Amino acid sequence: MKKPWYEYMWIISVLYLILGFFNILFAWLGMFCFIIPLLISIIKGNKSYCNKYCGRGQMLTWLGKKIGISRKKPMPRWMTKKWFRYGFLAFFMIMFAQMIFVTFLVFKDVRGLSETVKLLWTFKIPWSFAYKVTGLPLWISQFAFGFYSVMLTSTILGIITNILFKPRSWCIYCPMGTMTQLICEIKDKS
Amino acid sequence: MAKRVAKLQKDLCVACGTCVKVCPKNAISIYKGKYAQVDESKCIGCSLCAKECPASIITIKTKEVVA
Repeated sequence: MKKPWYEYMWIISVLYLILGFFNILFAWLGMFCFIIPLLISIIKGNKSYCNKYCGRGQMLTWLGKKIGISRKKPMPRWMTKKWFRYGFLAFFMIMFAQMIFVTFLVFKDVRGLSETVKLLWTFKIPWSFAYKVTGLPLWISQFAFGFYSVMLTSTILGIITNILFKPRSWCIYCPMGTMTQLICEIKDKS
Repeated sequence: MAKRVAKLQKDLCVACGTCVKVCPKNAISIYKGKYAQVDESKCIGCSLCAKECPASIITIKTKEVVA
């Protein structure tokens, strides 16, 4: 049986991560991973993004099941609890807001452009090799560095939990997944 | 007669849909983006979904069925 087109979305996820090493502005494309699932849940009231289209989920499945980099052990109970999922979502949002604030400071000329990618909200990695002077406003590049940091950090976390626990353990605490499920619940109630 | 079926803890389900993908009988669906639902009439209790579920909240239970 021929695989449906959306089963190849993992290629886009891998490509996205690679492109960030060549030109940081490609990081902006990651906005689709935020906007599309939200729109689907708001308009359609379902999680078909997670269920079918999520390239990251497919990439993690592939890493865990095909390549076999996974212990395939159940994750700790507390990680599957609502408080942990909402807690991680809140933490993620705060970090995201901080990234937007830095972008704003660069926009206001209070701060200069930081050509770094911050991994796990802690480690600043020099990333000027992927920065090309374009003449575009600096905040556009600052946002790209910040957004790519978010995407790379969450990929790393996803791979770590993939190795430690079952493939796609990331889905349990994925902020987008938690948010879209919450939207579906609210939508169903009203 | 006893039948083996998959049971899941709804309140811990994140509706990721990995169980739907592995089910050989198409017995699982995601209900309104909220949680996975097992159609017990289709379920054969093969436990593929239980193995797949990243939250490990699916268990195989034996159910008495009146023939």
